[in-house]
Order: sequence, then structure tokens, then C-alpha cells
Amino acid sequence: MRQMQSLRTSPSTMAVDAPALPLTAPAAPSDRRRVVRRVLRKPMMIGGIVVVLIWVLLAALAPTIAPYDPIDQDVRHRLQAPSPAHWLGADELGRDVFSRVLYGGRVSLPVAAAVVAVATVFGTMLGGVAGFTGGWFDSLAMRLVDVVLAFPSLILAMAIAAALGPSIQNAMLAMLLVWWPPYARLARGQVLALRSREYVMAARGLGLPEHRILLRHLLPNSFAPLLVMMTMDFGTAIIITAALSFLGLGAVPPTPEWGAMVAEGRELIQQWWISTFPGIAIFMVAIATNFIGDGLRDIVDPRLR
Amino acid sequence: MGTFISRRLALAAVAMVGLTIITFMVSHAVPADPIVANLGQQASQRPEIVAAFRAKWGLDRPLYVQYLTFLEGLVRGDFGVSINTRRAVTRDLAQFLPATIELSTAAIVFAVAMGLPLGVFSALYRDSPIDHLARLVSLIGVSIPIFWLATVSLVVFYAALGLAPGPGRLGAQIAAPPAVTGSYVVDSLLAGDGTALSSALAHLTLPALVLCSSIMGLVTRVTRSSMLEVLSQDFMRTARAKGLAESKIVVRHALRNALIPTITILGLAYGSLLSGAVMTETIFAWPGLGRYAFEAAVSNDFPSIMGVTFVIALMYVLANLAVDLAYGVLDPQIRYS
Repeated sequence: MRQMQSLRTSPSTMAVDAPALPLTAPAAPSDRRRVVRRVLRKPMMIGGIVVVLIWVLLAALAPTIAPYDPIDQDVRHRLQAPSPAHWLGADELGRDVFSRVLYGGRVSLPVAAAVVAVATVFGTMLGGVAGFTGGWFDSLAMRLVDVVLAFPSLILAMAIAAALGPSIQNAMLAMLLVWWPPYARLARGQVLALRSREYVMAARGLGLPEHRILLRHLLPNSFAPLLVMMTMDFGTAIIITAALSFLGLGAVPPTPEWGAMVAEGRELIQQWWISTFPGIAIFMVAIATNFIGDGLRDIVDPRLR
Repeated sequence: MGTFISRRLALAAVAMVGLTIITFMVSHAVPADPIVANLGQQASQRPEIVAAFRAKWGLDRPLYVQYLTFLEGLVRGDFGVSINTRRAVTRDLAQFLPATIELSTAAIVFAVAMGLPLGVFSALYRDSPIDHLARLVSLIGVSIPIFWLATVSLVVFYAALGLAPGPGRLGAQIAAPPAVTGSYVVDSLLAGDGTALSSALAHLTLPALVLCSSIMGLVTRVTRSSMLEVLSQDFMRTARAKGLAESKIVVRHALRNALIPTITILGLAYGSLLSGAVMTETIFAWPGLGRYAFEAAVSNDFPSIMGVTFVIALMYVLANLAVDLAYGVLDPQIRYS
């Protein structure tokens, strides 16, 4: 068993070395309906999906719905408590906290999605090829995975981000460098478990080329546990992005980024609203994706429930 | 058992060599220029200062020579001199490490004290309100940003309610106990200093509680699922059939077997504790490795970054090695797999 990286001792860790999970074949319409029915029976999961969708909408529509410009300074209203004019108050430079929280989603959500997506593609390809070919490549790839996993991931990401210099792009790169190994391990385990299945032998018997067997048969059938891991990791990626910005290694001022906003308010103990609301935004998205991931895991692997 | 131990040690050694290479590459082979970072814009315009700086820190030699120098120093326990503090990195590490060990040990104690019973009860009363509560608590634990929790709890419990003491390890008027272990709690116990002990404990509680949030959910979850697995096994039915008291069955038969995965996860959780320690220590002004790592990272103090990353990774590898070995002792099947 392994986990969250860092702060990433996320639940994803727990899934990594788990035995290959039972898999659903490419879904027939009746299967799909069954999955939908199972999802509908999970109120927490539905709640999670709704919350994430709302945040995606708020971030997408921020330029339209935000009452103020997120970086516009208004010194007359600095440190103003929540009021009808500034729903969530104003920060030290008189910027509207509500507008900044809305715009913050435009940074955190795409960054987290990109990190998880790229890490999944890279990790899955590497792990899939390693498991499929075996031999020296497999050993080499897995030792590399071991070494990267041997670091507490936030510490390593912190060192990389610090070395590259603070910017949101560098923070993403640093996260990517530590994010892919659990995916490589999971994909390798899945491919190893699946490659002696009948349908793989059938494909080979039909004379399909190896890369086609890997890409069209093995990896798509490994997708269910990967999806669970990706969902849960999305919340973690939001938190780590914010953490790096909080430490001054990610988004630079005046970018409205949730972690950076928490940092800006941390010395201002009387003006609690400055750091409280962006923190709540991070927490809401993270717990919502965990609800979704948790529900997905129940559906994919009921044994863990 | 001999082969098992030597194989685990060999794997740990491979991991350590990999760690030195990665640490070295991160701090040397990246674009950011330690010269500008350390000399400032003005001094870095003057070639003679830059050349002297490069020569002093060995930056003018080829990369592999720098790496070999780094390795050679490592073997002697020498990480070089910190650019920030101008002291030997080893000395800095020795000074800051005990504070981090004290904090993370306290966090583990809290996490086990709360997570273990919660996991056991949620397995015993599956699908009951307590089970749902446990699930919610563990989800909150992994979803809450620790830097935010630390900030908010300092505001609430220190500034607003006055229940917790402020940042730091001891009250302002209290002298640190004579250093033996470096842990203020243990040292003040050894010195029989009651005032220092109560102040140290009071200062330790809030940061440790904040830090434990990241792993308590994990402990709960793993305990719950391994309890469920054990509870469904044949020997549990046998124990019941023998007429043993339920409490005895739970503690002696079920929990004892269910503990193994929980112990394993604690080793893995150590990594997330050390990561969480960076933020907890920075916010609570806790003079430990985490804060040192953060300060080194933001000022590109590369000898310190290498030293601290290496020591933290070393602790992590050793914690996992210890867990693996303990696991091999507890469960003989592991040794042969």
C-alpha cells in the first residue's frame, strides 16, 4: 500500500498496490443504466458532483458575475468587513474578497486538472509499457518510481519549485515531476493482472500488433481504478497548488489564487475574512471531489466498502 | 529472515543513492541562478565577485565533480555550509531535527488515539451513524488544507478564545530545559522542571492536533477496513462459538490482527507528516526542519536544501524500512513473497 504523496497521503495511496480491481467490460446500454442507477443511490457523490459543477461554473462566469475587478485596489475600503457592498469583505489593498475567490477558481481548477491529466497520461503509458514488456525496462521504470516515491512529495515539489523560481507554471511542473509515479504503479499492476486474460490472448491470436493490444485492450480496461485515483487526486492537486502558492512558490501577486490569498490574510488576525473564505473554497472543492472519488470507488470495487 | 532483511536493506540503499542524485540535480541542474539569489542583482553584475563566489562554493567545477564532492562530504556527514545561516548544515539540522521529531511524534500519538477507536467502532457498527461519522471525518481530514487549518486554529484558539498559547515551543519567560534529547517535553521531564514541562506541552498540543488531521483519517480508514476483513474470518466465528466475551474477541482476536495494516500505514503517513510539518512549523513559528526547509527553499540556499531534503527523505526511507521489517516479523508470509 502506498499513499498521498505528501500531504498526498491521499486515499489514492491506498489504492495503488491494491490487487487489480474487477472490471466492467465496455458498457452495454443496460450496464450504463445500472451504473447511473448506482450513482443515483449515492447522495454524497451527487452532492460532490453538484458542488464541483457549481465551482466550475462560478470560475467560468467570474468575469460576468464578479462584482469587482479582482486586482483593482480601492484603498478607501481596505480591510472592510463583510457588508452588502463587499459580501466577503475587502483585503489589505481594498480588493473585493468575493471577486478574488471567484477568480481564484480560474487558477486552481485548470491547474489541478492539467496536473492530474498529464500525470495520468504519462504515468499510465510508462507503467503500462513497463508491465507489458517486462524485462530491464520494467525494472528500470519501477526503480525510478520507487526513488521518486521515496521522497515526501511536497518537500520534493517545494525544492523543485524553489529552484525553478516562483510562478504558477513552475509549480505545475514541480507537481508533475512528483505526481506520475503512483499512476505508473497502478497501470503496471493492472496490465500485469490483465495480460493473461482470454480476450488478450484472442487479440494476439488474431495477429494484432502489440502496441494495439496495449492501447486498445489493456489500458482501456484498466481505466476504472485509474478514474477513482484521478478523482481523489484532483482534490489533492487543488490543495498542493494552493500550498505551494501559500509558501510563496506558486502564483505571484496580484494573481487571485486561493492559497496565496490565505497567505495574504494570515498575519491579519482581526480581519479573519481575508484568509477564511479562500480556505473554505479550497476545502469545498477538495471534499467534493473526495465524495465523488469515494462513491466511484464503491461502485468500482464494492469490497472496500 | 536473513535474505529478507538484506533484500530490504539493498532496496533502501538503492533508494538512498537515487535520493542523492535527485537532490543534487534539483539543486544544481535547474535554471534558477544561486548566484543572483545569494549575491543580489548588483553584486552579480561584477564578474570578479561572481567568480569568487563560484570558486568558493565549487560552482565552477563540472557537475559530476560537484556531485562527487557532495557524496564525499555526505559520507563524512558533511553537507557543506548554509548560505543563509553561515553555519555547517549538519549543525543546523542537528539543532532543528529534534523539534520536528517531537511535533510529528505527538501528531502520530494524537492520530492513533483518535483514529484507532474511531476505525474499530465504525467497523463494529457498520453502516451506523458512527460509521458515517468516521467516513466523514476521514474525508474532511484529507480535504482540509493544513496551512489553512493552522492559520484558522491559531486565530480561533489563540487570538479569539485565548485557549492556546501563541506560536513557538515555550512561553517567553521560560528557560529551555538542559538539552539531552532536544525534545522539550522529554528534557523538562528529565530535569524535573514542571513549569517548562507544562509550557512545552501547552505549546505542542495545537500544532500537533493540526498536523495530525492529515493522517487521522488514514488511520481510521485503514483500521476500519482491516477490522472488517478480520471480523468476517472463520476464527472469529470460532471465538464466538467458544463463548468468549465480545470485548475479548474484539481486542484479543480482531484488533490484534487488524493492527498490522495500521502500523504499515503509519510508516507511509510519515511522509505526509513531514510535508505537513513544513506548513505547520512555518505558521506556528516552530523551529523545526520544516520551517528550515521552507526558508532554505525560498532563498535558494542550496547546501541547506540538499541537506534537509536528504535528511527528510532518509527519515522517510528508514521509517518505511522499519515498518517493512516489523511487518516481516509480525507476518511470516511476507518474508517469502
